[in-house]
Amino acid sequence: MRPFTYERAASPADAAAKAASIPGAHFIAGGTNLLDLMKLQIETPAHLIDVNGLGLDTIEETPDGGLRIGALVRNTDLAADARVRRHYGVLSRALVAGASGQLRNVATTAGNLLQRTRCPYFYDPNQPCNKRQPGSGCSAIGGVTRSLGVIGTSNACIATHPSDMAVAMRVLDATVETVRPDGGSRAIPIADLHRLPGDAPHVETVLERGELITAVTLPRPVGGAQLYHKVRDRASYAFALVSVAAIVQPDGGDGGGNGIAWGRVALGGVAPKPWRVEAAEAHLKQGAKQTTALLLAGARPTPDNAFKIKLAERTLAAVLREARA
Amino acid sequence: MKFDTPAGTNPIDQLTVVGKPTDRIDGPLKTTGTAPYAYERHDVVAGQAYGHVLGAAIAKGRITRMDMADAQAAPGVITIVTAETAGPLGKGKWNTAKLLGGPDIQHYHQAVALVVAETFEQARDAASLIKVDYQAEPGAYDLAAAREGATEAKGEPDTGAGDFHSAFAAAPVQLDATYTTPDQSHAMMEPHASIAAWNGDKLTLWTANQMIRWGVKDVAQTLNIPEENIRLISPYIGGGFGGKLFVRSDALLAALGAKAAGRPVKVALHRPLIVNNTTHRPATIQRIRIGATKDGKITAIGHESWSGDLPDGKPETAVQQTRLLYAGANRLTAMRLAVLDLPEGNAMRAPGEAPGLMALEIAMDEMAEKLGMDPIQFRILNDTQVDPEKPGRPFSQRQLIACLQQGAERFGWARRKPTPASVREGRWLVGMGVAAGFRNNLVTKSAARVRLDGQGVVTVETDMTDIGTGTYTIIAQTAAETMGVPLDKVVVRLGDSRFPVSCGSGGQWGANNATAGVYAACMTLRQAVAQKLGFNATEPRFADGQVSSGGHAVPLALAAKDGEMAAEDGIEYADLHKRYQQSTFAGHFVEVGVDAATGEVRLRRMLAVCAAGRILNPKSARSQVIGAMTMGAGAALMEELAVDKRRGFFVNHDLAGYEVPAHADIPHQEVIFLDEVDPISSPMKAKGVGELGICGVGAAVANAIYNATGVRVRDYPITLDKLLDHLPEIA
Repeated sequence: MRPFTYERAASPADAAAKAASIPGAHFIAGGTNLLDLMKLQIETPAHLIDVNGLGLDTIEETPDGGLRIGALVRNTDLAADARVRRHYGVLSRALVAGASGQLRNVATTAGNLLQRTRCPYFYDPNQPCNKRQPGSGCSAIGGVTRSLGVIGTSNACIATHPSDMAVAMRVLDATVETVRPDGGSRAIPIADLHRLPGDAPHVETVLERGELITAVTLPRPVGGAQLYHKVRDRASYAFALVSVAAIVQPDGGDGGGNGIAWGRVALGGVAPKPWRVEAAEAHLKQGAKQTTALLLAGARPTPDNAFKIKLAERTLAAVLREARA
Repeated sequence: MKFDTPAGTNPIDQLTVVGKPTDRIDGPLKTTGTAPYAYERHDVVAGQAYGHVLGAAIAKGRITRMDMADAQAAPGVITIVTAETAGPLGKGKWNTAKLLGGPDIQHYHQAVALVVAETFEQARDAASLIKVDYQAEPGAYDLAAAREGATEAKGEPDTGAGDFHSAFAAAPVQLDATYTTPDQSHAMMEPHASIAAWNGDKLTLWTANQMIRWGVKDVAQTLNIPEENIRLISPYIGGGFGGKLFVRSDALLAALGAKAAGRPVKVALHRPLIVNNTTHRPATIQRIRIGATKDGKITAIGHESWSGDLPDGKPETAVQQTRLLYAGANRLTAMRLAVLDLPEGNAMRAPGEAPGLMALEIAMDEMAEKLGMDPIQFRILNDTQVDPEKPGRPFSQRQLIACLQQGAERFGWARRKPTPASVREGRWLVGMGVAAGFRNNLVTKSAARVRLDGQGVVTVETDMTDIGTGTYTIIAQTAAETMGVPLDKVVVRLGDSRFPVSCGSGGQWGANNATAGVYAACMTLRQAVAQKLGFNATEPRFADGQVSSGGHAVPLALAAKDGEMAAEDGIEYADLHKRYQQSTFAGHFVEVGVDAATGEVRLRRMLAVCAAGRILNPKSARSQVIGAMTMGAGAALMEELAVDKRRGFFVNHDLAGYEVPAHADIPHQEVIFLDEVDPISSPMKAKGVGELGICGVGAAVANAIYNATGVRVRDYPITLDKLLDHLPEIA
């Protein structure tokens, strides 16, 4: 761990301004990912700006009937919120499928969105990694890739985004609110928050230097059966091989749509960001096979992780069956 | 005490303390966080500095240059140790690769430097500032590719009986299948850690080490100093599983760092180093051939195993159990060892049998199916009460049949549907599997010193270790039973090289041998006490804190009223273990559910029925077995060190990447110990259980998955991607 300086920000705007002006500055909230990365010197911030004291830890109803989730709301609290459980079940389910109880007690909403990949080559500073050290090359490609991405990847990086929560946020059409170093704010649709790696895998989001996430808003509830199915090698405390977040409105069986009136689906564990293709969702009525074929069209799996395509299809099929039941 | 004839009735047979389920006497220290582990010995010596190990960034080659300037100039840095500064070093008998590499690099993360600084953070930061240039060389990292070039390992000749090849060729029913097991990591909770302090030319190491005597010898040999100048202290160990049998780089580098710094130095291996810097269980490729008559009698059984290790390394002895487990006149076992440039392979919980049974016991399941027999019946039919390679050697005790039969009854085996993939409960495909468990019982000499003070307190001292197994407690039980005092009158002191040399902890030999050594010392003390108290004629009785004979009773404490009494003795074995085969047996039963959509395997029930001699403490023995069953489940379902075959290292070198079972993976576990005493094993009539518990579990899981799904997976771990293509369509 490199020596670093530390301060507590006075306000979100203050935090953003300082983060933009102080060289090597980095926000810290829960720190569940950042501290590990600092110990391995994968992140070497010169200055930490602690945002924990900024409020931003409440969940409020919005005028249009949605929810505004403060950036510092802890994963445990968000998962347990009665409004979330009632109207946004997929989010609550995704949260409790992630990490461990101890981590969820500390991890924040914004931090969860911004967690780094779990690619093992990223975590070994001896190995080339374009995400860790731009231009050094990707040692994962051609190596051990079972857990890595099958779509949205590039020749520079095949890492996945490890979050469960973000997959649910994506299927809920969440919006990320930020404050910028100049004091202005903006709203970023969750679909646009994470960037695909292309030839710059170290740039993971569209956030500008210093820009601070202050909240995530959810639109008014859409109803439907809300499911999150996470598939992993062990029953708990493991990252997803594949996860499926789905909202499905059953049609009562008389709509000729295979029991489905409409639905949305996003995948985790397969791509550098929560993976959703809205155009594929019209095919949910035809079933998982057709939907997955579109959702993962253009996938470029490795021999080690090609199983994820079939796994995604079968997991979605199980989710649709459960939604109809 | 020489143990040369089967044990007769002795004080242990009273079973007033031994054999009772007993809480760990060290439990309160562990649960309150006050048991002092090696890295936490802040109290033992002042001025401790912190060392951080830098591991090699390549798997094979040479260091061409090391630039220390930035590291040396970093805040708090006291000294930096490298192979160049350390001077000539020897290599321990138990180490294959050097613990401090350079300029030659033998494996990834081999230690190349130790940075010593005032704080842990400073040492770690400075270590990252060392610039090392390497000249990498190509290496061999792929066992399957190296298999053809593998050769017979030194001291491991092929074994057999009869004419395997002809008998197998002639057998009406044949199985010829190949299985693989991956490299595995011990993944113990406590990392390897040591504090070293020099006083002149005398070195004290507070360390985490299972085998104190081996450790002293290897430190002496590596540092080229006399054994008597070394003291090893290792009273508490946070898990070893074989990973701490040997001195590792933390201990050596702490010693070298302390020498160079002129003050005590502590070193812990950080988690990402443990996998590639220390030892692991080597991967195997195993070919098993079984031939049988149509009515299920095995006529030929052959087991060949390939594994790899660094030059001068050893094979994984995966064929061991096949020499002994089943009958059959025509037999063959063979091991071939390939040179691989991966980190050093070595012992991990039940080396040999654990991966060997993962293969053999699937093969037995496959064979039973070919024969149309129940797999338990098939095993019972081929039981043997003698060493099948040397029929003149009977087993001292062998209750495999009882383990299987009682287990079958308890587990509800009769409800198992022999046809695979025929039980469905909602989303789950449900199946049951069975496997035999087998692990040899090893005898080795072990000594102890026992003291009696004027308060009647009995203190036991031995360099035996407790690696979380419950050794403190069974030793206390043994001393309490033999000296006739309650448990709270016994103090046990372990893990110090100043104490008499014990068997140490490994190979599930600790419980039987260490307690037998303590028993021997207690019996010698009893003689002295009896004499002191004037019981000359007949052997008096030691019970309830009294020594008594013929109506005459004297408090035990009286013997030490003028000063402490002490006795030192140990157990030494003659040839009973050569005349008899001593082994432990189990029946492992597993029920799994396999998610019909995703192929996720979730255990539902596990049962182990064990026959392992006298169970000294059923409570800690049960803990050993359920822990081992958990490890077996990990081996079956998830544990695999993933080899990067280009770069030559285990990629998933932390506990996020190397998955071991979490609580949610382990359902109901039940353990039954058969009532058994084995007078051939020692005066304790006990054997080991700590490794028996893992032996066979993996195959029982694999067989249950087959029964659930009809998919036979022969390559561990059985992850869902190996099942996915064969699962039913989703309705």
